[in-house]
Amino acid sequence: MDKSKRYDRGIRVWGAHGQEALEAARVCLLNAGPTGTEALKNLVLGGIHSFTIVDGAKVTPADLGNNFLLTADALAGSRAQCATECLKELNESVAGSYVEEAPRSLMNSNPDFFRQFTLVIATQLSETDATNLDVICRQHGVRLLLLRSYGLVGYLRPSMPEHRVIESKPDSKVDDLRLANPWPELAAYVESLDLATAEDHVHSHIPYAVLLAQAAKQWQQEHGGALPSSTPERAAFKELLKSWQRNIDGIPLEEENFTEAVSNAHKVWAPPSVPSELRAILADPAADTITAKSPDYWVLVAALKRFIEQEGQGQLPLEGSIPDMHASTQQYLELQRVYRARADADAAAVEAHARSLLEAAGRDPNSISTSDVKHFCKHARYLRLVRWRSLAEETEASSCRGEALRSALAAEDTADNAALYVLLRAADRFYETYQRYPGAYDSEVAEDAALLKSQANALLAECGAAGAVVSDDLVGEVCRCAAGELHVVAAVVGAIAAQEAIKLITCQYTPVGGTLIYNAMASTTSVFAF
Amino acid sequence: MELEGRWRDLDYLLTRQGNVVGPGFEPGQEIREFLQDGCRVLVVGAGGLGCELLKDLALSGFGNIDVIDMDTIDVSNLNRQFLFRMGDVGKSKAEVASARIMERIPGVTEKPLDFYEQFHVIVLGLDSLEARRYMNSVACSFLEYDEDGQPDLSTVKPMVDGGTEGFKGHARVLIPGVTPCFECTLWLFPPQTKFPLCTLAETPRSPAHCIEYAKIILWPKERPDDTFDADCEEHMKWVYSKALARAAEFGIQGVTYQLTQGVVKNIIPAIASTNAIVAAQCTLEALKMVTMCSTGLNNYMMYVGTDGVYTLTTPYERDDKCPICSPGVSYAVQPTTTLRQLIDGLMEDPDLGKHLSAPSVSYGSTNLYMRGALEAQTRANLDKPISELVDTSDNVVLHINDKRLVSAMKIRLKFGGSNGSMET
Repeated sequence: MDKSKRYDRGIRVWGAHGQEALEAARVCLLNAGPTGTEALKNLVLGGIHSFTIVDGAKVTPADLGNNFLLTADALAGSRAQCATECLKELNESVAGSYVEEAPRSLMNSNPDFFRQFTLVIATQLSETDATNLDVICRQHGVRLLLLRSYGLVGYLRPSMPEHRVIESKPDSKVDDLRLANPWPELAAYVESLDLATAEDHVHSHIPYAVLLAQAAKQWQQEHGGALPSSTPERAAFKELLKSWQRNIDGIPLEEENFTEAVSNAHKVWAPPSVPSELRAILADPAADTITAKSPDYWVLVAALKRFIEQEGQGQLPLEGSIPDMHASTQQYLELQRVYRARADADAAAVEAHARSLLEAAGRDPNSISTSDVKHFCKHARYLRLVRWRSLAEETEASSCRGEALRSALAAEDTADNAALYVLLRAADRFYETYQRYPGAYDSEVAEDAALLKSQANALLAECGAAGAVVSDDLVGEVCRCAAGELHVVAAVVGAIAAQEAIKLITCQYTPVGGTLIYNAMASTTSVFAF
Repeated sequence: MELEGRWRDLDYLLTRQGNVVGPGFEPGQEIREFLQDGCRVLVVGAGGLGCELLKDLALSGFGNIDVIDMDTIDVSNLNRQFLFRMGDVGKSKAEVASARIMERIPGVTEKPLDFYEQFHVIVLGLDSLEARRYMNSVACSFLEYDEDGQPDLSTVKPMVDGGTEGFKGHARVLIPGVTPCFECTLWLFPPQTKFPLCTLAETPRSPAHCIEYAKIILWPKERPDDTFDADCEEHMKWVYSKALARAAEFGIQGVTYQLTQGVVKNIIPAIASTNAIVAAQCTLEALKMVTMCSTGLNNYMMYVGTDGVYTLTTPYERDDKCPICSPGVSYAVQPTTTLRQLIDGLMEDPDLGKHLSAPSVSYGSTNLYMRGALEAQTRANLDKPISELVDTSDNVVLHINDKRLVSAMKIRLKFGGSNGSMET
């Protein structure tokens, strides 16, 4: 089978190197309910290396009503085994195995079991079990995704100390063209094109970047080195550009490169700044103390920092690509080469810093490849870093963020989803107290609502958010669904989890930085960093 | 025999009263029975979204699902269309998909069929704007308004639509006459970027320019007798090799076979997880629409998974002048305006003209001007003033038919003022 054909549509999203990372990923799933099997289904289709399901349950009739990856002939048989077989059918390249044991029991008897995995996806665990698993995964450096589908509510929470992203692939990128402060090679190239003597056909095919750089230079000469800063000045700058257009008897010829120059004129006075996310990463203490154990990412951030302070004079290494511009092939390619050469030179300077940092830390100075440094420099502007608090920090009274919870409950756009977050936690406490989920029996739904509400209020008081309000309507809805795992809600949560898993495994795009609540009543989501 | 307890979790939702439900929700076993036996749902498309939709609907209690898809299974579908296996490549998507669902979920009937009227809800799993516009005009063609301009609810054919690209997607609910239809919000679909021919021919600057040159300019010149088929490997390789040669000639780097396919077929990257999110959201909305078991989506949800998870749920608004779903676009004419002037005016109208190429006009059961066989008989009307053709004292609604429209566009004539469409 030709893998590049099978995985073509995914490779167009995460590239061949992303696919390689997926094909090396070993994923562990705890509990094979629909939330878990749907998450795994999407990853098996994408081509992970292997999966292991941990589940001690037997297949029940209710499982057949909400889980597509179980079969009726397995009724009363092992849920882990049946789900494993159904999932393996989806992709013959993916290996699957199972452990028929309850997750809690395995966590207690053999915590080292989890060490072998790239990622653990834990579904439908109580807060206590989830908190214990979080400790185990953090000890072993294994990434953890916690999922829950509960009636019309979904929950997703990644947990690991730190996730570093080089390729965050933002939706829109800014063009770093350096038009007002060209380096010598760019300045020389811009000078070499003489508008006045160019033939009409050449004149109308000079790339707009060159036109803007020439206009910027002339403007700066006439204004004591300053750039256009007020609205009238900026209008005058555009008029200057237009005055260079060829015309016949005062009627300007149609020159698309000039139209582009006018509409891109802001690139002269508003060059891209260092984004706030990157500023925070550069200021992070992890970049100040590079040791033999520092991840490559931090070595390169430290090198980047030195570059910005020294060679870059405050600027990032040049990214090197330029947008398409109306231009002749030759001039466009020449301009492209000027930018690429500068990007290569900047990357080489960053590389030199990286080598000396590695050496000082007692590592092989060549242990980060030239191509990795180039890759890092190309994406440097959009670096991302995500850190998650441990589940214990989030839930324990001494460290939980009661004020953040209180304000989320008070804000109109997050009140309902913050309430659902509280109610999921309250439902777990309800279970611990009464050994059943609220609403388990038709006859007790109303009574359970009152009990759940008092659990929620007790939780709020413990968190330092006493007096914050959780709506009775939502208390009622949480009881109504009695911890049922609806297929569609599970499918949404499992699929969001698969997206997050792919982001964590490929180190591309940015994962959710907190707890995600999916509200299937209102079709909304919120992310909370409590 | 239905397995006892199979639908336990779904029954909580359908048989218990709730606080956050749709209008007129009456919980009870009857709803489940209606979903199972009475309700008919049509799924249009058995691809990436379609496979997920069929599974989600079947596991949400829908018992009668029809599916349409003319396509066959390709290897590149297998990264997401989970109802298909390597051995199914080349077979009909609709047939394989329905067989796999019925095998797993007994009691569900799924069949490849058509005609739309019998369905309670239509769920779209489509990848093109054109197909969406077609289905939209079909659904809107059933819609009738009462004398007060309110939609007759018995004629409303609701639709749910989803779409994905990479880590992004949307789900939306279309209730003709109540929420915007596709034509009301065409601006949501940005136009495709096309390269100017002179760039391709004279000043290529990117690998895509070289590929488009090979496909658009070289193919008809060098292979005038062959129709280009993007699914034919030999054709694609020919374009690739020509693009590569063109790139070498100009010193442009980056032409690959993968890029060639992407540019020529306009491939939209599609992955299982995003399809699954969107399809499940769509199914949930279909379930809410039919049972009222919870509040419905109003009316558009966008999902962006590239930078954390961001969703936006937003109520888009109807276009009063929509020729497809409004009770009739008001159009000002003089009694003396001729039918020819009226037709020309409609063709030139910025809002209406885009739906028309060769319109025919009728008034009630009277054909005022028809194309084709009746053209000669009705031609004489073209130069008659409107006042001779319709009863100007009445509320005049003309039906405009055109091959670009699936159903008639309704025009309400207002006499007086300057000619043209107007705000209602």
